[in-house]
Amino acid sequence: MIPAAFDYHRPGTLDEAVKLLSSYGDQGKVLSGGMSLLPSLKLRLGSYAHLVDIGRIPGLDYIKEEGGFLRIGALTRQSTLERSDLIRTKYPILADAVSLIADPLVRNRGTLGGNIANGDPGNDQPAIALAVGATLVARGPKGERSIAANQFYKGLYETALARNEILTEIRIPLPAARSGGAYAKLKRKTGDFAVAAAAVQLTLNAKGAVDRAGIALTNAALTPVEASDAAKFLIGKMPDDKTIAEAAKLAAAKSAPGADRRGSVEYKKDMARVMVTRALRKAVQRAGGK
Amino acid sequence: MAKHKISVTINGAVREAEIESRLLLVHLIREDFRMTGTHIGCDTSHCGACTVILDGNPVKSCTVLAVQADGAKITTVEGLEQGGKLHPVQEGFHEKHGLQCGFCTPGMLMTTSALLERNKNPSEQEIREAISGNLCRCTGYVNIVKAVQYAAEKMR
Amino acid sequence: MSEPRTDAKICGMGHSMKRKEDPRFIRGQGRYIDDHVLPGMLYMDIVRSPYAHAKIKKIDTSKALKIPGVLAVIDGPTLAKYNLHWMPTLSSDTQMVLPIDEVMYQAQEVCAVIATERYIAADGVDAVEVEYEPLPVMVDPFKSLAPGAPILRKDKKDKKDNLAFHWEAGDKADTDRALAASDVVVSENIYLPRIHVASMETCGCIADFDTAQGKLTVYMTTQAPHAVRTVLALVAGHVGLSEEKIRIVSPDIGGGFGGKVPVYPGYVIAIAASVVIGKPVKWIEDRMENLQADSFARDYHMKVELGAKKDGTMTSLKIKTVADHGYTNASANPSKFPAGLFSICTGSYDLKHAFCEVDAAYTHKPPGGVAYRCSFRVTEAAHAIERATDALAQKLNMDPAELRMKNFIKPEQFPYKSVLGWEYDSGNYAGALKKAMETIGYDALRKEQAEKRKKGELMGIGICSFTEIVGAGPSKQFDILGIKMFDSAEIRVHPTGKAMARFGTKSQGQGHETTYAQIVAEELGIPAAHVQVEEGDTDTAPYGLGTYASRSTPTSGAACALAARKIRDKAKKIAAHLLEVSENDLEWEPGKFSVKGAPQKSKTIQECAFAAYTNHPQGMEAGLEATHYYDPPNLTFPFGSYICVVDIDRGTGDVKVRRFVAIDDCGNIINPMIVQGQIHGGLNQGLAPALYEEISYDDEGNISGGSFLDYYVPTSLESPSWETGHTVTPSPHHPFGAKGVGESATVGAPPAIANAVVDALRHLGVTHLDIPITPEKVWQVLKNKGVAE
Repeated sequence: MIPAAFDYHRPGTLDEAVKLLSSYGDQGKVLSGGMSLLPSLKLRLGSYAHLVDIGRIPGLDYIKEEGGFLRIGALTRQSTLERSDLIRTKYPILADAVSLIADPLVRNRGTLGGNIANGDPGNDQPAIALAVGATLVARGPKGERSIAANQFYKGLYETALARNEILTEIRIPLPAARSGGAYAKLKRKTGDFAVAAAAVQLTLNAKGAVDRAGIALTNAALTPVEASDAAKFLIGKMPDDKTIAEAAKLAAAKSAPGADRRGSVEYKKDMARVMVTRALRKAVQRAGGK
Repeated sequence: MAKHKISVTINGAVREAEIESRLLLVHLIREDFRMTGTHIGCDTSHCGACTVILDGNPVKSCTVLAVQADGAKITTVEGLEQGGKLHPVQEGFHEKHGLQCGFCTPGMLMTTSALLERNKNPSEQEIREAISGNLCRCTGYVNIVKAVQYAAEKMR
Repeated sequence: MSEPRTDAKICGMGHSMKRKEDPRFIRGQGRYIDDHVLPGMLYMDIVRSPYAHAKIKKIDTSKALKIPGVLAVIDGPTLAKYNLHWMPTLSSDTQMVLPIDEVMYQAQEVCAVIATERYIAADGVDAVEVEYEPLPVMVDPFKSLAPGAPILRKDKKDKKDNLAFHWEAGDKADTDRALAASDVVVSENIYLPRIHVASMETCGCIADFDTAQGKLTVYMTTQAPHAVRTVLALVAGHVGLSEEKIRIVSPDIGGGFGGKVPVYPGYVIAIAASVVIGKPVKWIEDRMENLQADSFARDYHMKVELGAKKDGTMTSLKIKTVADHGYTNASANPSKFPAGLFSICTGSYDLKHAFCEVDAAYTHKPPGGVAYRCSFRVTEAAHAIERATDALAQKLNMDPAELRMKNFIKPEQFPYKSVLGWEYDSGNYAGALKKAMETIGYDALRKEQAEKRKKGELMGIGICSFTEIVGAGPSKQFDILGIKMFDSAEIRVHPTGKAMARFGTKSQGQGHETTYAQIVAEELGIPAAHVQVEEGDTDTAPYGLGTYASRSTPTSGAACALAARKIRDKAKKIAAHLLEVSENDLEWEPGKFSVKGAPQKSKTIQECAFAAYTNHPQGMEAGLEATHYYDPPNLTFPFGSYICVVDIDRGTGDVKVRRFVAIDDCGNIINPMIVQGQIHGGLNQGLAPALYEEISYDDEGNISGGSFLDYYVPTSLESPSWETGHTVTPSPHHPFGAKGVGESATVGAPPAIANAVVDALRHLGVTHLDIPITPEKVWQVLKNKGVAE
């Protein structure tokens, strides 16, 4: 319950933060909301000699549509997302998920950036980033660079970010007409990570067939899982029950979870199928389909 | 490891302390400031017994470093009663038997007082959602909901 | 007793008096153990074994002792110098305080670090290096009891097996015959897994040995402070602890539910540390320690057979249980009842033949057994009979309510002697079930279920009609470590008419400061607001066995009434003296004696109190006080009927409790608001094991469910809106007709919920599901039956 000792730094700018991280190497760690890092430090699972708190760096807390994208600052709190009318009305995939993340108290501290950059397959927003085809913007010693979501997740707690890079923004393409998204999550109780969860974002054409689809799974492997076969399968087809069921089967086949208290491998894989099914149905409905 | 000088405004009073980086906010409150109304009920940030208001939002003070709260405005359960007058949520919990052992109660009071600032007329579902980060073993939650509804009515 | 006899000012029984303890709790001014700070206080933290069974090869404390502020590391050999490395358990087994060379469960205490600050003690624990040699692990109680199994308790010289105890009740041969002669027999294997009560406050203490005075004060999370004091004196008398110089203070306790009855090694180590160092030592366990090492509950493997005639008349019940007790029997059961009150398993039914037996096995797990609001194994007994009853209804294709009505013990049969030896004091089971059915709209629900079933929708209705057994207990049968289970009340009325009342029980949230005051108000007419109630300090409270197993109202509550009546008797003499009449000329109404036929000639209880110190009759002792030690003539038998409605998600197997109606009968009610609160809380702690909570171990003895990450405590969103009601069937032997009630809901809720889920799947041929009924368990059934979404 008591963390091991560490040094704490609170840089006032991104450049300062990057400089500090560069000097500390693998002994340095970014502290954002702290809702993932602090619990692990309290259990003494992993230790860092230096915490670099980016929480007071100005200009990283915003939600705005600009230049063809929804742009969310990495330090935007989950509760801010939850209360945003823009998110609720135009980005239901995010709205669905955010109120299912942990509990309201945690959401008052946890940030979108932390959820995305943590590299924990149990976090919800990585799968959403994959499903919507998000771009992650990072600042490092060489300046800013953009990373596609499907290039971002490398392994358990391992992302494309270098030790001295900080995620600054999440960019989501503005939804085209006749788009819909949804996030379906099954959990054992409030506050727990997903037994299985699915993020779906799709666009229908004028005839009502699927024009574009993104499907991704949470807590289904060591990284968020992009169900590209399932997404490809949907293109050009009318999203009726039979098609949805087939797509869900294909998506679940990509699920490779571990067994734990939340369920056996068999159950979790089948629940991935059920969650994809439900998310697809909802996304289609929101896109103006049946 | 260097120590940090911090200053917080807690229940309206400015307090200073010189502390280790790793000191948890809940320990700053309980041990350095000797305000023991905020409780510790777990070690994995689940139970919410440690809930305080930090810059207007209820948070789990066991999962905040005291250094992160430097310069912040904090309200604990000891700060709810003003000028000898109980906060409506405190009254509500007493009127509606919303507490038994009292251990989760300060956390519940902070979370629900913050809820009523934002939402003057919460439904039962909204109350249950708001307190879903605060565990209680004694009351079965029914009377806590009633306590908050009582307080909401009083505040309207 | 429907309308209160006293007015709102006096606030005796039947009033929903707002709680007198609330003012400090709502202000955050409660005084829980960790809130106490003593001058010079040190902190203790414990190094625990990661292995379920291992030899300790070496403990290297050198790094730890180098940390500034770490003062000492206490290990088994240190305690062995004082013969304190082993201690007796409350069940007369023995338990390690700290091991010498072998650990027997994962998270067992290995050594303790004493430091000047909490954070330093934690660093000290991290710096202690222990070398273990893992040994074979026994986690299966059946394998443990099988012939030829390796002996776990090598410390017991002549032990040739792993049987902690065998206990039975009833006539086996007779029951076997009756079962064989039955038209129909249902047989189910029912496993109630380990669970942990996880009260919001964990356990802890501050041990403070005053070297100059030779006095030990222990502030402690304990539900039974006097028992602890006596046990300490017996166990540590040889190191100079003498009972008149031991003080146990149980201050505000953040929930007990049985988890704060056992004497955990942490307390004893802290006491030893304080005695040796001469400074106060604080030990507060964290949540993971609490879940992983403190007393568990349940872990009963039951084979239940229920026989009946084809018309549904139950004839015979047989239960064979294997109990997993961990490595030692440290459960806090009355000594003659190592399986608690399990023989209440005939429940609410007029069963003429019954037999139950329990074999307790040692395994490499933490010890315990009755620490989750279980009423001494009544949760297990009720689950067995109520699940079996539903299974019987299913086999006979009978409505489960109808089957119960047919078999209930009838009101005219009370006091009812059960075939397993209990004399139920009173009951009206049909009345409670009828009320539950009316409240929930049972017939309409069955219609709805039938229609939904046609559409393939899964909805279930579950009933539980339990009989509880509380108030341990009569001295003939009940003792813990030889100490009889009476309880006590000491009431003192001051000259100005206010009163002080102290008890041998100890509230952990049950509202004793209010309810006991209401009893005094009822008996003496002194306003409850003027009665100061105290518990928990052994220096001042009369001797008692504490609060658990719903015993306070049946024992100390009774003592309170009887002590108050002694006071009233003396006050009557004083009144007669003041009014210059004979006692026979006086009549009593709450708070006042008046002369028969001349009511204007009266003396209030307050006037009598004042006179007790200023104008008492010659030859009478001054003062107005009384103490009573109550030996209950029998236990009390609260009961209830619960009905639960569930809807099942055919895709995920998730179970949603749509409605839950609880009708309880605890006899005469002291404070309806507090009773209802107890029911709400108990229902939530019944929902928890029914659908969410479970502690299990893999083959190496590694725990699953050892933190709130995977021990699923229900939040406000998992918990439904409980609907409660009551009937009142007083206890004929209790001084004011009351029964206990604190654990009724944890007894009644799990079977009701389990029955509801099985009912939802009954048409698919499902007869039983073990709790917790996880969505995966249901999904497995749906898949097997081909009806999953």
